[in-house]
Amino acid sequence: MTETILAVDRVTKRFPGVIANDAVTVDIRRGEIHCVLGENGAGKTTLADVLYGVYRPDEGTVTLNGEPLELHTPRDAIAAGIGMVHQHFELVPPMSVVENVVIGTSASQWLDLSEVRDRLNEFFHNYDVEIDPDAEVGRLSVGEQQWVEIFKTLYFGVEVLILDEPTAVLTPQGVQELFRILRRMRDEGLTIILITHKLKEVMELSDRVTVLRLGKVVGTVNTADVQMRDLAQMMVGREVLFQFDKERSDPGEPVLEVDGIHLPSVTGRGSLKGLSLTVCAGEVVGLAGVSGNGQNALFDALVGVEKPSSGDIRIGGVDTAELSANRIAQLGMASVPADRIAQGLLMDFKVKENLVLGRHRSNTFSRGGLLNRGAIDGFASKSIEGFDIRTPSASQSTRTLSGGNLQKVIMARELSGEPKLLVAHQPTRGLDISASEYVRRRLLEERDRGAAVLLMSEDLDEIFQLSDRIAVIYDGRIVSETTPEQADLESLGLSMAGADSVDVGSAS
Amino acid sequence: MEELFTSAVIVGIFWATLRIATPLLLAALGELVCESSGILNLSLEGTMTMGAFAGFYVANETGSILAGLVAAGLGGAFLSLIMALMTVTAKVNQVVAGLALNILGLGLAFFWYRSIYEAEGSIDIPTVDTMEAPWEFFPIPWLTILALVMVPVVWVFLYRTKYGLELRSVGHNPEACDMRGVGIISRQYVAVVFGGVMAGLAGSFLSLGSTGLFFPDIISGRGWIALAIVIFGNWRATWVLVGSLLFGFLEATQLALQASDVDLPYQLLLALPFVLTIVALVFNRSRSNVPLSLTIPYHRGER
Repeated sequence: MTETILAVDRVTKRFPGVIANDAVTVDIRRGEIHCVLGENGAGKTTLADVLYGVYRPDEGTVTLNGEPLELHTPRDAIAAGIGMVHQHFELVPPMSVVENVVIGTSASQWLDLSEVRDRLNEFFHNYDVEIDPDAEVGRLSVGEQQWVEIFKTLYFGVEVLILDEPTAVLTPQGVQELFRILRRMRDEGLTIILITHKLKEVMELSDRVTVLRLGKVVGTVNTADVQMRDLAQMMVGREVLFQFDKERSDPGEPVLEVDGIHLPSVTGRGSLKGLSLTVCAGEVVGLAGVSGNGQNALFDALVGVEKPSSGDIRIGGVDTAELSANRIAQLGMASVPADRIAQGLLMDFKVKENLVLGRHRSNTFSRGGLLNRGAIDGFASKSIEGFDIRTPSASQSTRTLSGGNLQKVIMARELSGEPKLLVAHQPTRGLDISASEYVRRRLLEERDRGAAVLLMSEDLDEIFQLSDRIAVIYDGRIVSETTPEQADLESLGLSMAGADSVDVGSAS
Repeated sequence: MEELFTSAVIVGIFWATLRIATPLLLAALGELVCESSGILNLSLEGTMTMGAFAGFYVANETGSILAGLVAAGLGGAFLSLIMALMTVTAKVNQVVAGLALNILGLGLAFFWYRSIYEAEGSIDIPTVDTMEAPWEFFPIPWLTILALVMVPVVWVFLYRTKYGLELRSVGHNPEACDMRGVGIISRQYVAVVFGGVMAGLAGSFLSLGSTGLFFPDIISGRGWIALAIVIFGNWRATWVLVGSLLFGFLEATQLALQASDVDLPYQLLLALPFVLTIVALVFNRSRSNVPLSLTIPYHRGER
């Protein structure tokens, strides 16, 4: 167990303006699950990409089984026995599972898929996974797609498997299933490197953990010797609060009333099938669910870019069916979209322009059809200060900002009008601990000010932390409702996986 | 109307269908392979013109049709190699590159034609012998048989070889292939150049296969129709064949109509292929086989 299989020795990797890895030294032992923990931008993925031959280190060496590794491409890494499953799956959606596995292998040029199919069946059977090898990958669930990714890698007979944030897309049950099988693979001799920023996973799964901060190794420890709090402190560099001191909410009048809305989606997945929901002033309603169950459609319907085919949405008592997105916003609704780059910002515009986007036509920011530059500049500098947006200037191109700062720009814009209703979709996805903390605190402040807050999130910890009530969305409907005090992770996970949907369906 | 249904007319339409479909089929099959790798080559019209000219010139100089065909293939390969350099290596926008090369192909062929044949002030336009029909019962040029044989060849290549599978994978998700060590650039070059050779041969069918002539307007839109056929065929070899034959049949019927005094506007049949393409597009929308990364250049490590 103590034999070193993979040794990373003072590896440095620079990108223009940043040192992503700064003399990183890690040793990975044969047959262990080794977590690499760090915030976003700590250099975890860069390190993994160096090990997988995507990037070449500027300095330092990597040795595998005592032999120096000279990796030019991922193919070299695979040949050496290192495989990687990326956070974003590297699959070809229109092709079958077998075809996806065969790509890049040394199989003969005349395609004979039967051998691969047999090995796939054997593997899936061995680990109790039910996937049809001839199914089109694009039609599999994300959990199943992850299996295909893992098998694809193992098919090459790798000794070391690197997983980059593998649980981001899974339900709590899916995570347990994955961990069960990873442990079994470790016991069968595979060495696993798991990259994550989730402390819980590190505590639960890993044998040892290496913490990275700002490209440097903070330390490598045995998981059994540390507490979660210690790891958090190593990762962030200061003490972290896991609980917000949240006062009890005092809900007022209903602000958002959604009554039985249907909204078919183009792809057939994620349509709304009679969803009803109420959010009152001064409360946070957390909407939990696995992505693809109608969250996107609900967000679009609330914002007003899509109109439900039946059912009503009322904001402050006003029916929004006939209103444009702009008019709905004027009712006092603010929204934080899930994809902040595609839906929330114009990346090539200046920060100050994004800060007034959507409100640029109001009397505050325009005069007689022309933009009022003075007012915009004044508002921008106030927002940048108030929300602690790290940017060299208000005229900076938005593209240069980090993820956390992008989200702050959106928050600053959306909260500036003191909204009556705030709909936040995945507001902390991809953000590191510090930025997440900030966003969450802001959401609670909005609640305390008296706004109705609808929080749509796949992060159950976040739902538990912030919500006054929790609703679970599954297959386009709310299948159960509870409070953080009554709920437990397991039953919530079951609801998210659709276990309640039959009961609710027959009862309604 | 009855006179259209005499056996002579029907047999005539049958052979004309095959004859008209041949260049469409050759060019569309090449474009199918090219697009499968994720590269949209819009320069078919210019590439075919180049092929038609190169084939004609060499056949005229050497007296050998076979040499002409080789030249046509090389002419097509030459233009498509520029296409590959621009789009695969330099990652220029594929639409811009394709349109530019289209103009280049048309312009070069026209320029060479005039400087070689018309500069001397000769109005005596040269002609070459046309390709022969292989058998008495098959009264059309043998390049047609090659075109038909290429359908199963392309199908087997794309769907029954690992190289073909990987080539299609590159067209859907180049990053996934890169991460698996599959060479993207080599596959895209192969696909683009194959498409160019096929387009060159397609062009030469018009100069060497049917007219024995070259004139600058010889392709007259067939390159664009071949592009439409790939879409109509939903990026599948068998349906590309069906599409080529259907376009050929409509054109042949339209010609027969014009020759007869049947009172049916032939323009209707001329427009029908394009209507059908739009209908096919609408029908295939939910199960389109369009390569998911078509026209999107791949940059490694961009995320």
